[in-house]
Amino acid sequence: MVGRAILALSFVVATSAAGAQVPSNDSTPRITTDAALEARTSAVAAQLRCPVCQGLSIQDSPSELAQSMRSLVRDQLAAGKTPEQVKAYFVSKYGEWILLSPPPRGFNLFAYLVPVLVVLGGGALIVFAVRRWTTAPSAS
Amino acid sequence: MQSVNGLVGHGALLIALPFIALGIIIVPVAVKRGRRDWLELAYGAVYANFALMTAAALAMITALVTHDFSVSYVAQVGSRETPLFYTIISLWGALEGSILFWAWVLSLYGMLVVAINKSRAGNLVPYAAMTLLAISLFFAILLIGPANPFLNVSPVPANGPGPNPLLQNHILMAVHPPLLYLGYVGMSVPFAFAVGAVLSGEAEQNDWIKVTRTWTMASWGFLSAAIIAGMWWSYEVLGWGGYWAWDPVENASFLPWLTATAFLHSAMVQERRGMLRVWNLNLVVGTFVLTILGTFLTRSGIISSVHAFTTGTIGYYFLAFITIVLVFGGVIVAGSSDRLRSKGKLDSAASRETVFLLNNLFLTAFMLTVLVGTLFPLVAEAVRGVKVSVGGPFFNRMSLPIIAALLFLMGVGPALPWKIASKADLKSKLIPPTVGAVFLAAVALVVGIRDPYGVVVFAFVGYAATANFREFSIGARARRVARGESWPTAFVRLVEGNRRRYGGYIAHFGVFFVALGVAMSSTLRTEHEATLQRGMTMQIAGRTLRLQDIWGREEPQRQVVGATLEIMDGNRVTGTLQPRMNFYRTQQEPVPTPDVRSGVLGDLYLNLMAFRPDGSTATIRAIYQPLVPWIWFGGGVVVFGAIVGGWPTARRRRAPAPVVVPTPPSPPPTREPEYAA
Amino acid sequence: MNWKRATIATAFVLPVAWLFRHGLTQDPREIPSPLPGNAAPQFSLAVFAPGQPPLERPIGDTVRLSDLKGRVVVLNFWASWCLACRDEHAGLSEVARGYAGKPVTFLGSLYQDTPGNGTQWIAEMGGQSYPSVNDPKALTAIDYGLYGVPETFFIAADGKIARKITGPAPPQVVRHILDSLLVTTGSP
Repeated sequence: MVGRAILALSFVVATSAAGAQVPSNDSTPRITTDAALEARTSAVAAQLRCPVCQGLSIQDSPSELAQSMRSLVRDQLAAGKTPEQVKAYFVSKYGEWILLSPPPRGFNLFAYLVPVLVVLGGGALIVFAVRRWTTAPSAS
Repeated sequence: MQSVNGLVGHGALLIALPFIALGIIIVPVAVKRGRRDWLELAYGAVYANFALMTAAALAMITALVTHDFSVSYVAQVGSRETPLFYTIISLWGALEGSILFWAWVLSLYGMLVVAINKSRAGNLVPYAAMTLLAISLFFAILLIGPANPFLNVSPVPANGPGPNPLLQNHILMAVHPPLLYLGYVGMSVPFAFAVGAVLSGEAEQNDWIKVTRTWTMASWGFLSAAIIAGMWWSYEVLGWGGYWAWDPVENASFLPWLTATAFLHSAMVQERRGMLRVWNLNLVVGTFVLTILGTFLTRSGIISSVHAFTTGTIGYYFLAFITIVLVFGGVIVAGSSDRLRSKGKLDSAASRETVFLLNNLFLTAFMLTVLVGTLFPLVAEAVRGVKVSVGGPFFNRMSLPIIAALLFLMGVGPALPWKIASKADLKSKLIPPTVGAVFLAAVALVVGIRDPYGVVVFAFVGYAATANFREFSIGARARRVARGESWPTAFVRLVEGNRRRYGGYIAHFGVFFVALGVAMSSTLRTEHEATLQRGMTMQIAGRTLRLQDIWGREEPQRQVVGATLEIMDGNRVTGTLQPRMNFYRTQQEPVPTPDVRSGVLGDLYLNLMAFRPDGSTATIRAIYQPLVPWIWFGGGVVVFGAIVGGWPTARRRRAPAPVVVPTPPSPPPTREPEYAA
Repeated sequence: MNWKRATIATAFVLPVAWLFRHGLTQDPREIPSPLPGNAAPQFSLAVFAPGQPPLERPIGDTVRLSDLKGRVVVLNFWASWCLACRDEHAGLSEVARGYAGKPVTFLGSLYQDTPGNGTQWIAEMGGQSYPSVNDPKALTAIDYGLYGVPETFFIAADGKIARKITGPAPPQVVRHILDSLLVTTGSP
């Protein structure tokens, strides 16, 4: 399957006794010292899906692509872009799939509304039922 | 030429099929003709199914252990280099073996159900046995069809690729799948009894619930343990530092747990008040459907997930089975719903019954939230043609309010009496726990939690824990006053006097531990990553880690590269951790194994991210996760509560409250209902 | 037995079954890319592997997509650790040689790897006929919405992305796409 063929984690493997190489040319540390920027980066990164993992966010994923994407998120935020703009950039490259929560628009609202409707509807049902059951005449 | 293992295994499965079919046909015929001696034949089929499935499973284990690569499943997951322990547990490591294991567990349950209950009068047990056989039939068809593990491989390969490396890294792999199957498959039993109750005309009585009670508790206990074990495995093996990702297969195990929990509570309402009979049928059928749905989702390749086994025709078989079960279940429940609807009565809205109704509401809402979220990518793709993701952020956001509500209810339910709570009751039971709420909220703020949900969870746990504890202490004190017992004796006797109730409270405490562990570790987790040379240090959560060594070693099936780090307290070494990367010959990417040091207050979690081949540097990711061990401990307490609550007592149970049901008495069991097959 | 209710209950099952049946016909791992049909993202990357005459470019040379306007560009993302890339390598090199006189540029882009590894891999594979550039922070890869390697993008002469192939690109498919793109360019 094509998908499986191109799944990649961050670790370069030479399966000989020589061991693995560190593949990154990137000298930027994964976590910088600017705590506020890091916090904003983490907040956005937690909403973006790692393309090569199973459902992890790029914030959680140790894979190299996820870390590169996270670096890019940080750079874009530092350059003044808003979180919405950063997310829009990734959506333009990867499609809506890259967002870990479906944007609450249009048909996607269905997923957000179901729990609310169930609680409200079920709650109303219970109120109605309890009232009926507590006022019904008792049968012998 | 098939080996002995292949012949025995495949042969056993082939022979099982006609036995099962025979059993299914005999039951309705025997009931119709009133020939209870023919039922013995059907029960014989159940026993034969178990014997044959056992033979097939043993043949497979033998084939695996002796490296019989002429058997297709062994050729797929076996390897001469795999250690014996992991070879044995690879029985459930891939699709065909897991189906075989499922079929065996199902046959075991069938055998036990019949052996324990066959002397019972009436048609409940025969129809329940028939239902279990019908489910077995599906899996037997799979095993001689698309999921055949005993296909002959020719020419016989000299060696195999071994099981998926992720399944060889941790001992929990021996624990999680069997527990999961015992729980999952066990949910077939209440379903079978529910179907049996409707078909035999006994659904108006509460007997089927009493008969199944122990089975449901046991399955629920196994499923709870399985979910916790799965979380623990994910945490220790997958290396991302988390324990729950709302992955479809995790959700698949969680969904039936939610409806089963709802059923455990609403069953009590049915036993005491004769109400919610149709609703309970819905819950039981729904729980079973969710187990099959979960299997379908993970085995059909329809949703990609960490667990997805395969694509192929097996998905269509499951689809057919789900459709049949849904239609059958819907017909059974909807068709009998007006006959079963009770004209019951509640004494008061302020009562435990109402709280249980709310409990069911929120558990059902939770289930539907997770179900919709899991299936939504499918729906969106079918409707809009666009692929969307529904991941952690969505589920966390939508489920937190529901979890908060459930935690609060867990404090209210035990506090309120059945039937009616007077104003004095309400005051004396519901107000004191607020002290606990305020106390734990203060604790949360003191340890540094600022997330509002974190504080709310702590507060509600404080409330509910106090309420549950007071149930113990008030009851024990009453015994001390009345009988002069010491505190320990009073506690023990109190629990023995009503195991189900107090076992439930113990399970509640387990949930409280889990909730606190999840809340703390999500809100107060800290993380740091550094590339170190030997002798260099890094800091995490006030602790110092020093890289002592980077090493490699050869093992038969893999090469391991690891880093040894010392945990320093000042200049003293208080412990070492060895995160590793495992390189399997058959895999391109290495499998990381993190190393974790667990303390009562939290975990120090290290992962080896990368290293230089000359061993000069290692990149380490360190995470401090407060209170994570409370999650595993809480899971253990939940299971303990299930054992206490579900353990059958030798003494006669207390008679339930009189059932106020004005419907006419149900017909005597021997008269068949009008729609019997 | 209330058959009316039973029938209604059954009716609810049908859309569920249809949904699952539909799901079985889809591949959840195949994510369609939003890029084809849109302007190709710009890049400016340095050559690390020169390729071979007549397609070679000197090491260190900067390749800009804007310079290649008017030509059809085949942009192939690869890595030395990627097993599937080995399958397509010889084919791509050969096709590139075949289109040498035409207004087509083949370019490899190294993904999550080091130029040292890349050069060594090319030597092991018997050479690469076209140059490869290095994409240090995977910025260009992310710009092209890469999920992994190999992925190949076909950029038409007007600068728009015409096609994307995920996985090893079969030579005849590459030729077919190139021919159709060159027709629209009106190549000599």
